[in-house]
Amino acid sequence: MSPPPSGSPQGEAETHEFDAGPNRRAENLILLALGGASLAAVCFAVLFVALPDTQLLGIALGGSFALLGLAAVLAGKKVVPQEIAVEERTDFGDEQVQEEVAEIVSGGGAGVSRRKLLIGAAGATGATVGASALVPAAALGPAVGEIVAQTPWSRGRRVVDSQDRPVTAEDVTVGTFITGFPEGASRRELGSSIVLVKIPPNELEIPARLRAVAPEGVLAFSKICPHAGCAIGIYRHPLFEPTSERPALVCPCHYSTFDVRRGGTLEFGPAGRDLPQLPLMLNAERELVASGEFLEQIGPSYRGIRQ
Amino acid sequence: MIRRAVGFFDDRIGVAPGARKLLRYVFPDHWSFLLGEIALNSFLVLVGTGIFLTFYYSPSDAQTVYNGAYEPLRGLSMTEAYWSTLNLSLDVPAGLLMRQTHHWAANLMIVAITVHLLRILLTGAFRRPREINYVVGVTLLALTVLEGFAGYSLPDDLLSGMGLVIAYGVAMSIPLLGGDLSFLIWGGEFPGSAEFFPRLYIVHVLLVPVAIAGLIGAHLAMIARQHHTQFRGRIATERNVVGYPLWPGYALKSGGLLLVTAAVLFLLGGLVQINPIWQWGPYEPYLSTNGAQPDWYLGWLLGGLRLMPALEVQLGSWTLVPNPFWGGLAFPTLVFLTMYAWPWIDRRWLGDNRRHELLDLPRDNPRRTAIVMSYFSWVLVVFVAGSIDRLYFRSTIPYEAQIWFLRIAVFVVPVLTYFAAKRLCEELRDRERHPLRGWNGKVVRRTPAGGFETLELDEGVPAVDGGNGRPGAPSEEQEAGAGTGGR
Amino acid sequence: MSGSGRPRLHRRVRVGAALVLAVGALASLALEEDAPAQGGRAGLEQARPGGPSADEQPTAGPVERPAPGLEPGDPAMVAQGRRLFVDGCSSCHGPDARGVRGRGPSLRGVGAAAADFYLGTGRMPIDDPDDEPIRAKSPYDPEQRRALVAYVAQFGGPPIPKVDPAKGTLSQGLELFTEHCASCHQVAGRGGMLTGAVVPDLQESEPETVAEAIEVGPYLMPNFRGQFDQKELDSIASYVEYTKELEDRGGWGIGNIGPVPEGMVAWLLAGGALLLTIRLIGKRTPT
Repeated sequence: MSPPPSGSPQGEAETHEFDAGPNRRAENLILLALGGASLAAVCFAVLFVALPDTQLLGIALGGSFALLGLAAVLAGKKVVPQEIAVEERTDFGDEQVQEEVAEIVSGGGAGVSRRKLLIGAAGATGATVGASALVPAAALGPAVGEIVAQTPWSRGRRVVDSQDRPVTAEDVTVGTFITGFPEGASRRELGSSIVLVKIPPNELEIPARLRAVAPEGVLAFSKICPHAGCAIGIYRHPLFEPTSERPALVCPCHYSTFDVRRGGTLEFGPAGRDLPQLPLMLNAERELVASGEFLEQIGPSYRGIRQ
Repeated sequence: MIRRAVGFFDDRIGVAPGARKLLRYVFPDHWSFLLGEIALNSFLVLVGTGIFLTFYYSPSDAQTVYNGAYEPLRGLSMTEAYWSTLNLSLDVPAGLLMRQTHHWAANLMIVAITVHLLRILLTGAFRRPREINYVVGVTLLALTVLEGFAGYSLPDDLLSGMGLVIAYGVAMSIPLLGGDLSFLIWGGEFPGSAEFFPRLYIVHVLLVPVAIAGLIGAHLAMIARQHHTQFRGRIATERNVVGYPLWPGYALKSGGLLLVTAAVLFLLGGLVQINPIWQWGPYEPYLSTNGAQPDWYLGWLLGGLRLMPALEVQLGSWTLVPNPFWGGLAFPTLVFLTMYAWPWIDRRWLGDNRRHELLDLPRDNPRRTAIVMSYFSWVLVVFVAGSIDRLYFRSTIPYEAQIWFLRIAVFVVPVLTYFAAKRLCEELRDRERHPLRGWNGKVVRRTPAGGFETLELDEGVPAVDGGNGRPGAPSEEQEAGAGTGGR
Repeated sequence: MSGSGRPRLHRRVRVGAALVLAVGALASLALEEDAPAQGGRAGLEQARPGGPSADEQPTAGPVERPAPGLEPGDPAMVAQGRRLFVDGCSSCHGPDARGVRGRGPSLRGVGAAAADFYLGTGRMPIDDPDDEPIRAKSPYDPEQRRALVAYVAQFGGPPIPKVDPAKGTLSQGLELFTEHCASCHQVAGRGGMLTGAVVPDLQESEPETVAEAIEVGPYLMPNFRGQFDQKELDSIASYVEYTKELEDRGGWGIGNIGPVPEGMVAWLLAGGALLLTIRLIGKRTPT
């Protein structure tokens, strides 16, 4: 048992082999693994043609890789010569060379009379050209402007459900909720979808001007959460309130909870604003019709949100 | 044969000197140095499976009607993006295997990078002269997360659509610039113009992957230039590199690890279902599902969004800081800036600006280990907040209580972790114990004769001294032990 | 760090521990999948009074539906129901089913639909009226439940709705379910949560239970009374039936609840397997 070698004095790596001689058992295992790997690979090809079942394909291909990997690791650890090499680290940071490089760089400007001005001008030009080249990026999309504030809703627009049927005051009963859309407009727009719920008018805790746009207690809110824009698909309505919770609309993404009796004010969660309400009225057929635009801006908050 | 081949190339383009250097290139050997390789291997699997997927996927929001084999979706109107992902999952032979393997590889790649990063931080591998490579590594993590999210968003199923609208909400929340910036990205208000999916697609299959590949190249080139770090050993010092030459042992083992990584990923891809988009259905902005989650590596952003109390900063009629900014952007920016600045923070804090080729064991530097663990625990608490509704949705602990608990934990847990980790390191250092390696020291055993004898067991450097695990010269043993204890 | 004394024995212990960890992770995921049938996860069983298991005690299992030919007016049955009601329900719902302030609602007019939903799924009776009623094993046998339903039904209200999943269309069911139900019950019916309540999964719900819940709107769920025609109701029921046996073409479904268990698999299964691999490939002590 010899003491372990110390680091080599200089230059090239010094290596120490410690070869235990041929390892027949490992070699046999490798041959077996290689055979298995090709078999599994052939299985994969056959399965692909005959029975492309995801599970079987995965087992065949994964198994083939696993056996190949096993063979490679075995070969690396047990069959090829094991050696430890010791190499001196190269030193970086030769100050003399650094000095020379700096001189070569600055030497390129030797003899130029207004060097600073030229460098400044070149830098400024580079920045200008670069910035100009980036200008086309501005055409990637429109400016926000008034687009976010615009929705398909305006006075007189009828409310329809997802089957395009007009929604009447009788459809919205206490305890249910209906997803509504503006008749004839795209449903994919963030400003389109609304949730309709009904609260008995005597239970509403909202000012009279909001009561006036909730005919018979039917309230409409934007279905898009003013936090991050998810669809508010949860209507929490208690069957027996004394032992449970107040009615609320809840966003399933970050669980912002809006109290509908108080006109969609935030009860819990991260939303920074209350739920925007859409003013409603009834037409002669008792169908629900928008009586104006949303009272607040819909969609996720951004700088231009008007309070 | 080999000589003739070498001769053919060397005569013409002069490869032999380079090849000689490369084949004898020395890699220090330790299992934890292979964590980064798992990430690299996952990336290779991602490229391979990803190419397959591009042959079938169509990045289009044009509406089409599904008439394929999956009954619950038959007759439904959906985008071509979703349609083509359904088709490649359910009708293309081996398509689902490739898609699932691709997705698992993405999940695994970021797992490997995270653990790799933890290893780098705990052992001080980021110190001079490796700050540049550390910065490249952190950038790789950020890019991989971005790339993962882009890929998750492409199928346009219910989950990915909800992810995209939240991304839109977060982008809108950037103070002052958010609105216009998100309109540039989406080509208008969410769900965006017809160009949005092609843009997302080219970001996912070209721009970010090329950046990742380039940075991986730079990462490896810098490692090659500087040589890998190593732990202090009998031979290993600050001045040398001790390890296996590339050829043959290291190349075979490394190649083996690539194959095993691929094997694990393809086995998962075939046997464990990931993101069954056919079960989620198509997305519309007015639809949502309970417990919609991003892939795990974005869970900490979801947690940030959920933990943040309802705070928006208003200035007059302007919303200066919309709420999603805090959890969705400010928090991750802070996390990444801290990570980027870590080599310089560590240097100033510990007052150590020397070059380090040798790594610390985590316990050797209790303060660093404690602060790193504390930092990770901070992110972990926020991460838990993102998934707690899925973990405890069958419990009767109210959601509000969970959130309030975590809002407090986010401040308390890092402090506790700091002191716990510091104490543990100091104990380990003093007692020469290793949490994974077990007890380390002398065994006193009763002899059959009734007396006592001291055994010295050694698992270190078995290969050099013959592999029987017995210590070398006793004097050296003591010297090495003293060296460790003295630090 | 010098490679000084490391007892050999510990290596096997270590590998063993790693294996145990990996197996444990797998097992916990497997449990996760079984959780709905087991009535809650480990450590929280207390919160749920044992899930129903029809095979264990067939007479008390919720799968036993009241006979369709129930005669609401059968006086003997109503009388038996009344006795049971006074014994088991009146402390909260009042001796005459008019409710007790702050404890339980009046049951006059809720009809057989609500009574059958709450009794059939074991949600009633409940120990503490402030708790959320959750699915449990009913203390009543089917005969007793029929009697109780008959007693409540005689005060009027909607009957048990008729529903036939076989007449529904899966895709219509998926569409309606996604619009009306998925925000709470999750798109594959795996349940979820919201502020104030947990939402049950639908893996054990009979088509009639689904139709009753739509009619009644139990606990914090909204009702959808009159929103669906018979065909639409059948379609929703058929989709809910379908979610019980989802097509997991990708392999093990890990609960069908999305990326959280996927992340656990990535960390514990893939990460664990590869951690073991590199521990085997690489050295564990410095040179």
